[in-house]
Amino acid sequence: MATALEKTTTTDGAAVSPASEEQLCLRDLNAWYGESHVLHGVNMTVRRGELVTLLGRNGAGRSSTLRAIMNMVGRRSGEILIKGQDSMGLAPHRIAHLGVGFCPEERGIFSSLTVEENLLLPPMVKGKGRQKEDGARSGDETCGMSLDEIYALFPNLHERRNSQGTRLSGGEQQMLALARILRTGADLLLLDEITEGLAPVINQKLGEVLMMLKARGMTIVLVEQNFRFAAPLADRHYLMEHGSIQEEITAAELPARHAYLHRVLGV
Amino acid sequence: MTMIFGIPLMVLFGQLMLGLINGAFYALLSLGLAVIFGLLRIINFAHGAQYMLGAFAALLGAQYLGLNYWAALILVPLVVGALGIVVERLLLRRIQHLDHLYGLLLTFGLALIFEGTLVNLFGVSGSSYPIPEALSGGFKLGFMFLPTYRAWVLVAALVVCFAVWFLIERTRLGAYLRAGTENPELVQAFGINVPLMVSLTYGLGVALAAFAGVLAAPLYPVSPTMGSNLLIVVFAVVVIGGMGSILGAILTGLAMGVIEGLTKVFYPEAANTVIFVVMVMVLMLRPAGLFGKEA
Repeated sequence: MATALEKTTTTDGAAVSPASEEQLCLRDLNAWYGESHVLHGVNMTVRRGELVTLLGRNGAGRSSTLRAIMNMVGRRSGEILIKGQDSMGLAPHRIAHLGVGFCPEERGIFSSLTVEENLLLPPMVKGKGRQKEDGARSGDETCGMSLDEIYALFPNLHERRNSQGTRLSGGEQQMLALARILRTGADLLLLDEITEGLAPVINQKLGEVLMMLKARGMTIVLVEQNFRFAAPLADRHYLMEHGSIQEEITAAELPARHAYLHRVLGV
Repeated sequence: MTMIFGIPLMVLFGQLMLGLINGAFYALLSLGLAVIFGLLRIINFAHGAQYMLGAFAALLGAQYLGLNYWAALILVPLVVGALGIVVERLLLRRIQHLDHLYGLLLTFGLALIFEGTLVNLFGVSGSSYPIPEALSGGFKLGFMFLPTYRAWVLVAALVVCFAVWFLIERTRLGAYLRAGTENPELVQAFGINVPLMVSLTYGLGVALAAFAGVLAAPLYPVSPTMGSNLLIVVFAVVVIGGMGSILGAILTGLAMGVIEGLTKVFYPEAANTVIFVVMVMVLMLRPAGLFGKEA
């Protein structure tokens, strides 16, 4: 099994930097919902520009991991570093302003808002772009996408921009949920089950969008039940079971582990 | 003398005007309740007491600080609203994770404390607050006499109600509020400081009550119990309009004032109960209220 630090390239062949490029690092993360202990010492690292998936069966702790990163669970212990900054003591809105965009499993489309209001709701969390290593401001690639760019990416949303958000189809709602965080300038995206219950053609579109985001240098943590969707996109996969990481599998190792994963995931 | 259904026109329009004035207060108060309920999910039983505090603050400000009406109209809502923010930060926030019933009980207790303290200090008899010079007198409209101050109250209440409606329904801040009423956890995860928004929203609702209190001071005797008498009617208005509905609170407030006023003309015995009869009918036919969203 390869460790996170051993890997040096992404599936695109782009260079991946060492520890200083870590966008997200979880160390011995535990989380509780009330009395229920849901995460048991999760350790994982995600570097800039990577797309990493959390695989596992229902109840394995994948969504809870994302929610724990966002401080949306009852109680946590351990360490969470976002771009090198300890976020354990931060409220969710402060975590978002570190440049984190969260797309929840239930999509969270607001019924009292139109499509465009939903899109405009999240404030810019990194409006002036990410600092490059040399200190200069980066250009468009790290700024939030404009409404025009989003509408070009998802023409359905433009057509229905004045409709109430919850009147959209499931696929359109998912596009809206994803598009909403792209406008904010967040460059670390936590995406929870974005293909759940959607038609293959929508999944294909979402897959293209994720590849485009990855090409733009975004870092993505994807919780996904749909292994066929996740497999070709990801640089690495973390397999979760009983609230902890069981195994890390790189894209290169994936073909040899297909049968094993199919058995473990029940797909 | 012109008569309509056997009622002199002057009497009819006079009561209609009174109904609209009462309706303006119902609208302002139920709007504040709706704003608070929408985001905090708390039935603010202290709302009547906070309305009373507005009137009392104007009265005491005039007596002890020489604060004139116009200054009171601006300063008192700010001060009482700030007191509301303190209440939210120190008390309501501590019970936000508990059942909503605890919020109701806590605000009910606060109302009793505010009222009891002022009864101890000033007694229960009402005091009068003078109508400002610029708003004294009235207009002879031919079919009725319209006191200037009452016309002002109606206009001021409508302007404030419209401003709050505009803020909530047509601005980015209002979008945060509306989204926050649906899913505050997610709104916070998007980077919006929801705890601050909750404090400011409660402060806004309380400030609206205090503003209504200052408007009411020259019209009604200022007494520690003036809020509790009104509160139960305002709750009925909120239920009829739909809990948490901004437009519902405003329109229903005005409509109930008019219905109450007209009932005083045609069947005075029912004037005090007509709003509750409407409430029962609405609950039977449309439990979410006229403007509320069905679950």
